[in-house]
Amino acid sequence: MAYLSFGQATNDAMREAMRADEKVIVMGLDIRWGGSFGQFRGLYDEFGDRVIDMPISESVIVAACVGAAATGLRPVASMSFVEFTLGAFDEIVNQAAKFRYMFGGQVSVPMVLRAADGVIKSAAAQHSESIEALFAHVPGLKVVAASTPSDAKGLLIQSILDDNPVIYLENKRIQPLKGEVAEGYYTIPLGQAAVRQEGKDVTIVAYSGMAINGAQACETLATEHGIDAELIDLRTIVPLDFEAIARSVAKTRRAVICHEGWLSGGVGAEISARITEQLFADLLAPVERVGAKNAHIPFAPVLERAVVPAAEEIVAAAKRAVEYSRPPAKPSHESVAR
Amino acid sequence: MNLPPAETMRHMLLTMLRIRLFEERVLADYMARKIPGFTHSYVGEEAAATGMCAPLRKDDYITSTHRGHGHAIAKGVGLNPLMAELYGKTTGVCHGRGGSMHVADFSLGMLGANGIVGGGFGLAAGAGISIQFRKSGQVAVCFFGDGGINKGTFHEAMNLAAVMKLPVVFACENNQFAQYTAMSRTTSIKDLSTRAVAYGIPGTTVDGNDVLAVYGAAREAVDRARSGGGPSLVVMETYRFYGHSVGDAEAYRTKDEVAERRGFDPIPRFEKVLLEQKVMSDSERQQMWEDVKKEVEDSVAFALASPDPDPASALDDLFTPTPVGGGR
Repeated sequence: MAYLSFGQATNDAMREAMRADEKVIVMGLDIRWGGSFGQFRGLYDEFGDRVIDMPISESVIVAACVGAAATGLRPVASMSFVEFTLGAFDEIVNQAAKFRYMFGGQVSVPMVLRAADGVIKSAAAQHSESIEALFAHVPGLKVVAASTPSDAKGLLIQSILDDNPVIYLENKRIQPLKGEVAEGYYTIPLGQAAVRQEGKDVTIVAYSGMAINGAQACETLATEHGIDAELIDLRTIVPLDFEAIARSVAKTRRAVICHEGWLSGGVGAEISARITEQLFADLLAPVERVGAKNAHIPFAPVLERAVVPAAEEIVAAAKRAVEYSRPPAKPSHESVAR
Repeated sequence: MNLPPAETMRHMLLTMLRIRLFEERVLADYMARKIPGFTHSYVGEEAAATGMCAPLRKDDYITSTHRGHGHAIAKGVGLNPLMAELYGKTTGVCHGRGGSMHVADFSLGMLGANGIVGGGFGLAAGAGISIQFRKSGQVAVCFFGDGGINKGTFHEAMNLAAVMKLPVVFACENNQFAQYTAMSRTTSIKDLSTRAVAYGIPGTTVDGNDVLAVYGAAREAVDRARSGGGPSLVVMETYRFYGHSVGDAEAYRTKDEVAERRGFDPIPRFEKVLLEQKVMSDSERQQMWEDVKKEVEDSVAFALASPDPDPASALDDLFTPTPVGGGR
């Protein structure tokens, strides 16, 4: 065991994956220099030409990944901030996601796009977003968002092994946090949520940075409000481990879904709809969602805090769910007519 | 004239006839509403795909465009699975998932027709990167048009290919129109190959209706790429005989212009050379037409006799199944 930050853990993952398979290559801007979180540090020294510094040309970075993947390599691209993937959204959606399906299953596209998302230190509108819902909306893409250094390593190795395009999101705010990370080569399956804390009163569903906020909220709920919350960390958004959510909600009968991305059309909206469709009779309260308000991420710290949710909002949402009491049934139209 | 071997030239004519007769039949079947969707006819541009693919190996790659049937045929894709794909049948190259704009055969290095204009630039660069890593001596040819050359992806991929010295040939078919708009209205230069200067790579423009001229330029660019000399831009000046897609009223060009340009039909021009050079006799030439007509008829019969896909398979192949811990 080692005590590592996310950057160190994913650096480990890159090293393990590249040692295990010489078809794994890395490309992106400034990666020979090491990357913003040290996530690529030293890779050039060990792997040489398999580490490629690219021009600031997002479209060709992604399209080249697709072309290289379809012809036998396993490319990993560093897209830097997640907003920069939008310059290559055509290539992500129209090529990477569609290649296998559109061509009748004759080809696989094993590639990983690493991108940093979430708010950090007033980076403002074009460097703070969480747009995982855009990727999750498109069939054919997998979406990974770890919340611990240990998961970050195991999920990254598995993402590189995966024979499909994987969007690997790295929340900027939590990157310096450290945690226990096993040494050597290990994988964590995509599509398997983790129950971070067991509880009986309310299910909190979160991922990425909001799983950290969720853990803080669980503690506050227990110590200050006597509420026993269960925390589900999705770890991957696609594939979605809905069974884990359903198992938990069937037990607690209340759900709060949290993410840093916008509420409108967000991942929480999808999960909420599925809970309502499949577990309606179990619910004691409406499903709550905690997410960014429907505005771009503003610069001034007070404004940023007004848009992006903190742990207190998860606490408030969980309390609303637990304290909710169903209003008395309204009279039906028929009885009114009589 | 430094001619390619006779066998190569006979095969080039065969390829051109296959493309011509296949495309004429496809057009007729679309007009008769026997084939769903829509199609972009390659008729008139046969020399470009044929000449460019003639120097390629089976394991070389090509990326293609929305007007991609000709590229597929020139890379060796059979008429049966190609026609069956247009008919949406399970026996099609993409089992009926792709249709006209997405025909692909990865076993022949045909990395797909592409409905996104300019979509192939980066894909070809990526194939070039994978060739470079394998040191396999393969080449990737990227087909695109005078419309595609104005996409930003052209610049990104040309620059990357040049800086990495990737084994890619950028093959521009200038058929004079981006959809319905003439090149002079969208592009500030006349000779598109001068754009190569901006990337420090060789660029050349040839008569794209002269299959031997295309072959000569292709041979040089392909050899350069294969021997580590990096990418080239080859522009082939050609003209599409039909509109942008089926149902195009062609109000943007006159009938006289089309008639004049049809006078430069690449097939009779090449046939004349083959007869003059005694590569084949006129009866052999006529027999080749008859054989290809039958091949095309057979491909339609094959498509019609093939089963439709099972609706239950509509959700298949979104992902490649990957075991935990990988497929190793």
